[in-house]
Amino acid sequence: MKFLCLRCDAVMSLAERQLPGDGTLAAVFTCEACGHEIAMLTNPMETQLVSSLGVKIGGRTVPPQPMELTRSGLDGAREDVFETVDRVDPVRLEWDAQAVERLARVPSFVRGMVKRIYADYARERGIGVITVAVMDRARSELGLEGM
Amino acid sequence: MMRRFRTYHELPHETESGILEQVLVQRARLERRLEGVRTVAAVVSGKGGVGKSALTANLAAALALRGARVGALDADLNGPSLGRMLAAARTPLAEDEYGVRPATGAFGVRVMSMDLILAADAPLRWKGPTADSFIWRGSAETGALREFLSDVAWGNLEWLLIDLPPGTDRIERLLDLIPRPDIVLLIATPSEIARFVVGKSARLLRESGVPRVAIVANMTAYVDDLGVTHQLFSAGSVDLLAEETGLPVWGRIPFEPALATLTDAGKPIVSVHPETLASRAISALADRLEHAATESP
Repeated sequence: MKFLCLRCDAVMSLAERQLPGDGTLAAVFTCEACGHEIAMLTNPMETQLVSSLGVKIGGRTVPPQPMELTRSGLDGAREDVFETVDRVDPVRLEWDAQAVERLARVPSFVRGMVKRIYADYARERGIGVITVAVMDRARSELGLEGM
Repeated sequence: MMRRFRTYHELPHETESGILEQVLVQRARLERRLEGVRTVAAVVSGKGGVGKSALTANLAAALALRGARVGALDADLNGPSLGRMLAAARTPLAEDEYGVRPATGAFGVRVMSMDLILAADAPLRWKGPTADSFIWRGSAETGALREFLSDVAWGNLEWLLIDLPPGTDRIERLLDLIPRPDIVLLIATPSEIARFVVGKSARLLRESGVPRVAIVANMTAYVDDLGVTHQLFSAGSVDLLAEETGLPVWGRIPFEPALATLTDAGKPIVSVHPETLASRAISALADRLEHAATESP
């Protein structure tokens, strides 16, 4: 998919991506030559079609997780189907009580995957203690709506 | 005058959607995962009800009993049965960032099936808009199959057997993910209808350039409790299929009631009653597969 600025005959760049709700995906493209912006809005079916490919428009913010598509898309999975095996972590991470409580509210089917994403986020930024604020920041920066 | 646009590929910039790059990453991940597998064998038909899953389960057990490391992938996402046929326990599947570990079934066969993931009575359903869901459902199912191949920590295997559901489209989906499986077993029952449907699969496989395809005739005869063999269906239709398609017949498996009841109970007949005609035929097919795995196509 490419967007062409007809005035400048230039390919527009992806500037922003959001999931504002109602199954809509909003992608903003900008012409670097003239600054013109357009927003592409997909309907829920189109959004679903893209996500069912296991890809994200504009690229990924976190590395693909094992069976991510199956885990995030499946309805009716067993609650206890996956059991996360924690590897020895070179940078020890702590989770404060509120963060542990919030993590416990994530469905167990995807909890291990979500925990790993937050842990990687904290580790990459040198954060030693994961708090609710860190989780909120990660959700916002990584585009983890729904996690 | 009509404005003339350049084509997508004429535009100089790389796409910024990143979709192609992500698809390539998915493909590379799958290829890396299968590097540890010596032989990928797909069990297909195109036709339903020909006994693909029972044959896959018994073949997996027969190969494992010989000491081979075997994986069994149940690609029938909507009607999964391989997990139960191989007695894979529905215990939690261990996972880390490298992958999900398969369940262990009879004789150490490593199993992955949607049955291990879904709640016991849950049909395969996906979250998403229900209107026009046919548009994206096929992509989701192909994605799940891709993840079964690439995100399961299969480890080093001599055999990865893939049991496909009916429908020639399912064969094409598999070939999208694994363009050249080492071996494809085309299962047919000796009936004119099976010859008609399986013939289409044979043509699809031939045109796809799959190097090694062989027919397995299943339910060739009925063996009763006294060991007496009775003819089933139309004699000669599998030979006619072989003649029409130019494919070899690698096995002829008779039907025995014990094959069905034991397989349903997670006890492959090859292990419980190796002396039966069906077990001996499956064992001979396993011989043929082992031979094929060591010769060039």
